Amino acid sequence: MLSTTAAPEKTKISVKDLNFYYGKFHALKGINLEIPEKKVTAFIGPSGCGKSTLLRIFNRMFELYPEQRAQGQVLLDGENLLTSKEDVALLRAKVGMVFQKPTPFPMSIYDNIAFGVKLFESLNASDMDERVEWALRKSALWSEVKDKLHQSGSSLSGGQQQRLCIARGIAIKPEVLLLDEPCSALDPISTAKVEELIVELKSDYTVVIVTHNMQQAARCSDYTAYMYLGDLMEFGSTEQMFFKPTRKETEDYITGRFG
Amino acid sequence: MPDKHLSTQFDSELTSVSSRVMELGGLVESQIRQAIYALSQFSVDVANEVSTREAQVNAMEIEIDHDLSSIIARRQPTARDLRLLIAISKTTANLERVGDEAEKIARMVRSIIHSGAPRSLPSLELRVAADLASGLLNKALDAFARLDVAAAVAILKEDDLIDKEFDGFVRKLITYMMEDPRMISPSLDLLFLAKAIERIGDHAKNIAEFIIYVVKGEDVRHSSMEQIESVIK
Repeated sequence: MLSTTAAPEKTKISVKDLNFYYGKFHALKGINLEIPEKKVTAFIGPSGCGKSTLLRIFNRMFELYPEQRAQGQVLLDGENLLTSKEDVALLRAKVGMVFQKPTPFPMSIYDNIAFGVKLFESLNASDMDERVEWALRKSALWSEVKDKLHQSGSSLSGGQQQRLCIARGIAIKPEVLLLDEPCSALDPISTAKVEELIVELKSDYTVVIVTHNMQQAARCSDYTAYMYLGDLMEFGSTEQMFFKPTRKETEDYITGRFG
Repeated sequence: MPDKHLSTQFDSELTSVSSRVMELGGLVESQIRQAIYALSQFSVDVANEVSTREAQVNAMEIEIDHDLSSIIARRQPTARDLRLLIAISKTTANLERVGDEAEKIARMVRSIIHSGAPRSLPSLELRVAADLASGLLNKALDAFARLDVAAAVAILKEDDLIDKEFDGFVRKLITYMMEDPRMISPSLDLLFLAKAIERIGDHAKNIAEFIIYVVKGEDVRHSSMEQIESVIK
């Protein structure tokens, strides 16, 4: 018999009655969700369902735009990050993000990684070398770039650039890594490498991934949330969501009956 | 499946493979009917026909499995679609086994006829049991086509009838063999034949279990009727 209840996990991010507005547009409607620590949680749903919006709240990315506001609670280790007085840069060091398109800084591969680390830590040269190597190894890029660390980051292929961005994200040792469509611009081999990396990362980090590729969610996540028009429709273990979802709406979307 | 996929091609692939399974079911049902007819008519020719059809059944099983692999490879089905394809694969295997049982019945019929046993062998109960079994298989296929859970549960309950019929027949055969030891050899053939019929009922029951699996997402194999009824609530 298949179990439908998720095993109890320690919660890393707890979302309570979260509403979000783009000006007058109500983009997230009363979201309640618990994201377990050191697991991969995937958000799926059709375009405009609010999954990226939700992800961007986790590191207060939305604050860049004055007309956007969030109501409710988003507790990171029990502390509401929406009302926290903590410096947003410190929050983003704890909650890193990787975007859809690779965004290497216009500098060398080495500096792409060292740049963020320098903002938060003062490491001597050999410790910094070690940190850069660690991040590149962790993101499965080391063997491909170790002989050209001082070449420009943009000289890498798309898949390598994306892994460089992930290396940059983990170099400052965040607790949570947010991935917004990290593979949508990548070929299948680079995608497979990034997915492999995602699974590996969860031993140290809580990973939240937004993806349009349902098979990707099925392959690399432990928990899946299905969102539709700003509502969280269903949240459960990935196995249950893809084998026997509880709601008909989820099943219709997952099996391609949505329309 | 009332709801259509965005991909009409996917829908037509699923419809096509489902109807192939029904076709296979029809083929093995007619094999059973023929095998029993061979018994009642004491006809070697009819029994031989059952055996010739087996190759057709085997080929069809392979074709259906090939179609299923192709759908899985190309569509990466999930949830209900995935369960349906797994159930179709299992149902196909069960139907092929029913074909094997029909072939076994035909073989026993030939053996009984060759042994020179009289036509007065007690085969009436067997024909009753065979009708029950092929009726059950027919209902199972019908319920599968409509994914009808209530009908599936009724089939699970009905399989017990065949088992009872089988037990009664075994007792009768024992008396028959005790009365006349010359009848032991053909009686053993009849016993194997009865066992084959009983197995057909079991396969129908398996197919009914897969219907519940597709619709409810619960694997009810090796479960008690109480457990099954709590699942389908």
